[in-house]
Amino acid sequence: MSLWHKHQIFEKNSIFMLIGVLVVISIGGLVEVLPLFYLKSTIEKVEGMRPYTPLELAGRNIYVREGCYNCHSQMIRSLRDEVERYGHYSLAAESMYDKPFQWGSKRNGPDLARVGAKYSDEWHKQHLDNPRSMVPGSIMPANPWLGKTEVAVNEIQMDMKVLAFQGQPYSPQMIENAAKDMVTQATNDATDADGLAQRYPKAQSRKFSGLDGPVNEADALIAYLQMLGTLVDFKIYDGKANLR
Amino acid sequence: MSGAPHEDIDAHTGTATTGHEWDGIRELNTPLPKWWLYILYATTVWAIGYIIVYPAIPLISGHTPGIAGWTSRGAVTQELAQLTQQRAPMTSALEKASFSEITKDERMRTFALAQGRAAFGDNCAPCHGAGGGGAFSFPNLNDDDWIWGGSLEAIQQTIQYGIRSTHPDTRVGIMPAFAQILNTKEIDQLANHVRALGGLTTEKTYEKALGSRLFGEQCAACHSDGGKGNIELGAPNLADSIWLFGSDKASILQTLARGRASMMPAWNGRLDDTTIKALSVYVQSLGGVKTAP
Repeated sequence: MSLWHKHQIFEKNSIFMLIGVLVVISIGGLVEVLPLFYLKSTIEKVEGMRPYTPLELAGRNIYVREGCYNCHSQMIRSLRDEVERYGHYSLAAESMYDKPFQWGSKRNGPDLARVGAKYSDEWHKQHLDNPRSMVPGSIMPANPWLGKTEVAVNEIQMDMKVLAFQGQPYSPQMIENAAKDMVTQATNDATDADGLAQRYPKAQSRKFSGLDGPVNEADALIAYLQMLGTLVDFKIYDGKANLR
Repeated sequence: MSGAPHEDIDAHTGTATTGHEWDGIRELNTPLPKWWLYILYATTVWAIGYIIVYPAIPLISGHTPGIAGWTSRGAVTQELAQLTQQRAPMTSALEKASFSEITKDERMRTFALAQGRAAFGDNCAPCHGAGGGGAFSFPNLNDDDWIWGGSLEAIQQTIQYGIRSTHPDTRVGIMPAFAQILNTKEIDQLANHVRALGGLTTEKTYEKALGSRLFGEQCAACHSDGGKGNIELGAPNLADSIWLFGSDKASILQTLARGRASMMPAWNGRLDDTTIKALSVYVQSLGGVKTAP
């Protein structure tokens, strides 16, 4: 029996067939996925990226919970029209602290990768409460409960511990100050705003929702939206070194 | 596995069999159509060519670059450069020209209006409305009631640095919260007085003399005597029927008691200087400059 006929081993024994299929599919998968983990060129070297502040992280959790990613992408593709409309194309480094990433695959609404600092807090608040009041043709669902729902300030520390365990650079000091930092960032003229900005460069502190009272979900979500895409300074980013 | 396939013809279909037989059941030999096979071969050849020309296979410290040297980021950079070059004659003219030159030159003005309209739809319409109609706390741009001035230079400065934005050169005007300065009765009188200034009805409790005195003491410094406003301070004209934060008494009470501080982001950096210039021309064209200082 020639070598050619040995395929009968696979055809006549289901367990060999199963193992063979697994091996072949794994090779395909590994070749596609593995290089992304070891190739240094996958993530660009950029200045300015930092992990999310406790308030932004809480806002991100709300973003994920409400399924914003189902209609909003956070990925400006390297296409002329997208760069013209949304700004510099997204870098891999800009989602390095996103677990899971929020690139999305659908744009019922606009891309949000660089929505930070584009509109006012007041606009976001009114738009979340009732999108039609700001954009008459909008089909976005209203989220009026966000401003009325308190954020569990003490729970964010656990999220940060998990992310630190996964390798995000949250220092013990950051984790220790989690609850305090969250309240600080959601306060106008907060006394410890400098301390917060030292731990998290470019972090902005104010009462994002404009509502009195304890930190609410609108504060957190607007804080998150207002920082999206604002960390990397593209004036000093070397695009030519990162062509791919 | 015995016998050549062509020897064995199935009686019912007239098709040759493969010669495979399992418990008396024989397999018909129906090969893939020729057109299908040729497409498969063609795409395989294409794929090999593609791997050679374009970036394809991951290696230890990089990937095969492909002989064309193509990258998606390089491609978009090139396309954007082409676009800039295509627009260059007009944009560089716009960049160099002063506002009065732009206004006089019909061709340049038309270009600025077109570019301004496109940028407005992307960046300004979410707050100020698609036609610039505005909304509660977001100024209507279709009137010539300019809070921070309606000259092209003033509009340009507003767009560049924003209002109460995070930019260091931002425009800042403060409407204080009078709840800490005046008592309830005084605020109520002022609310009536402000409505009277705007030509609206007042309540029976309104005492004109008291209202005027309070307005003179507390409000006239910014809003001017008679409430005509002051564009230097971004203090709106109160003596017209345009109301940014509502004209009903409850809204005015809220404005007086808690203050207002709506915010416009700075667009410097996000939009280039030429686009901001074009936007200024477009925005001014929306409202007109009949009474703009």
